[in-house]
Amino acid sequence: MADHVEISHLSKVFSTSKGPLRVVKDFNLRIRQGEFVTLIGHSGCGKSTVLSILAGLSDASAGGIVLAGRELTGPGPDRGVVFQSPNLLPWMSALENVQLGVDQVFYTASREERRQIAEYYLTVVGLGEALHQRPSELSQGMRQRVGIARAFALSPKMLLLDEPFGMLDSLTRFELQQVLLDLWNRTRLTALMVTHDVDEALFLSDRIVMMTNGPEAEVGEILHVPFPRPRRRQELLENPEYYRLREQLIEFLHVRAYTLKGQTPKGAASGGGHGPSPTAPALCAASPVTVAA
Amino acid sequence: MSFLVLNQVSKGFGPPEARREVLRGVNLSVKQGEIVAIVGYSGAGKSTLLHLVSGLLKPDAGFVTLGGQVIEGPGTDRGVVFQNYSLLPWMTVAENIRLAVDSVFPNWTEVRRSEQVDRYIHLVNLTHARDRRPSELSGGMRQRVSVARALAMDPQILLLDEPLGALDALTRGTLQEEISRICRASGKTVVLITNDPDEGILMADRILPMSAGPGAILGPSFPVVLGPTRDRRALNQDPRFKALRAEVVAWLLGPGARPAVSVSRKLTLPDLEPEDLDIPRPLIGGRRRPRRRSEERRETVDLTP
Repeated sequence: MADHVEISHLSKVFSTSKGPLRVVKDFNLRIRQGEFVTLIGHSGCGKSTVLSILAGLSDASAGGIVLAGRELTGPGPDRGVVFQSPNLLPWMSALENVQLGVDQVFYTASREERRQIAEYYLTVVGLGEALHQRPSELSQGMRQRVGIARAFALSPKMLLLDEPFGMLDSLTRFELQQVLLDLWNRTRLTALMVTHDVDEALFLSDRIVMMTNGPEAEVGEILHVPFPRPRRRQELLENPEYYRLREQLIEFLHVRAYTLKGQTPKGAASGGGHGPSPTAPALCAASPVTVAA
Repeated sequence: MSFLVLNQVSKGFGPPEARREVLRGVNLSVKQGEIVAIVGYSGAGKSTLLHLVSGLLKPDAGFVTLGGQVIEGPGTDRGVVFQNYSLLPWMTVAENIRLAVDSVFPNWTEVRRSEQVDRYIHLVNLTHARDRRPSELSGGMRQRVSVARALAMDPQILLLDEPLGALDALTRGTLQEEISRICRASGKTVVLITNDPDEGILMADRILPMSAGPGAILGPSFPVVLGPTRDRRALNQDPRFKALRAEVVAWLLGPGARPAVSVSRKLTLPDLEPEDLDIPRPLIGGRRRPRRRSEERRETVDLTP
């Protein structure tokens, strides 16, 4: 099948007072139509940088991205973005916030139809009773639901999710992951998500791309998540395969994210003088899988 | 015999005509030396429950007893660790802890009080930072000061109110292990409030899930049948951990904790192709029709959970 998204030789260099800092180096990834891919890695590994270049909010220093046969040059409504905090316009209701983009993208449709689109997505994410509430009247979890509805309502060619639940408590996060997955099951939008939550990555993705530690982070290993869809969390948590994959991800983040870059794993990285964890032995025998891009 | 008891405790806020009931008939009993985690949603009433024990709040109905005595107000027999640390910013680590020791043990000699301060600073591995002010410490270090301060008062019970909620994931992991080690070593009775089921399983002897409010109740008690030393990576392969995790999460996401809101609504989704905004819009008079992906298809969704 043809690749829907093609990221080739992407690099990003920031200039700092200490000279140029290369955050992303030669990043390659292909995503098929309807595939849900997650980038996972420690903070500072450049995963959010890749996502913001895809969103068109940041320029690549080298390399390029092709989405559905067209090279990306800047931001556009063909990519729906869900940010960590939903950045809603505070003077507008939930419905108006969603409809703002809908009115642009569907300007040829009737007023009634545009309203139906916004109302549909807000209701599906569970806000049918809160259409006319302003962001200040909504909880943080509800605001993020608006952010999800807003991204899907544009019928984008691709969905970009930048740690979408990072600011929520774990139980609200569980709920919203289910909301996102249910909506995604209806639309099957091609999606790229950035997270450092292992369970979130396993629950949502078809494929998990593990990034080595930065700077000059690279794709370390790729994990295929074989669970059938639609997925229910309860079934996943009872699946022995789930914990095997989870272990593989944790192992990568704790050990190989560092050793692949010739660094020493940080076992216990707290603020107060702890040595490396004794539970991080040399488990780096597995050879790195490079991306066949 | 139970050390801490909550018997049919209810608590609400607001004026009678617009009263919001937070806790409804909550029962809890904690044995001496036990570490209990209360896991629940944000805004469910976990902190309210904790402050009924700390004495900062009083129940509307029911009663709370500690060691057989009804709790009437705050006291130094209960040490509280808050999410936001609540350290005095103009005092060093040692001075913050010293303040607590001085107020609880006014009869002790100067030397003995200093020893007490140093002992607890050492316990939380902050000896190198004893003369620093809170602004010069990381979040994780500040929370360790807060734990040391609570323990240095030698309270009968330690109340931890989402102690690690404001920390990043890596620091949280380290501190979970460190705080549970310290709590176990102290032999204190501990009530831990958290929204993270994993944190509860890692740190406690028993998990009590709390339903989402209003009118929150505590769910069934889940004993944590894992040894006292719990390595998070080894746990990942432990079938007892997996089973417990699945049970606790199932209860919290199930109908007992979140009553299903039955919404049934017919919705119409016009199946339209988005316009390419790079193509200039036609001028007035030349209004185009939207492109339908399928001419007749209008999706109707019945949202019955």
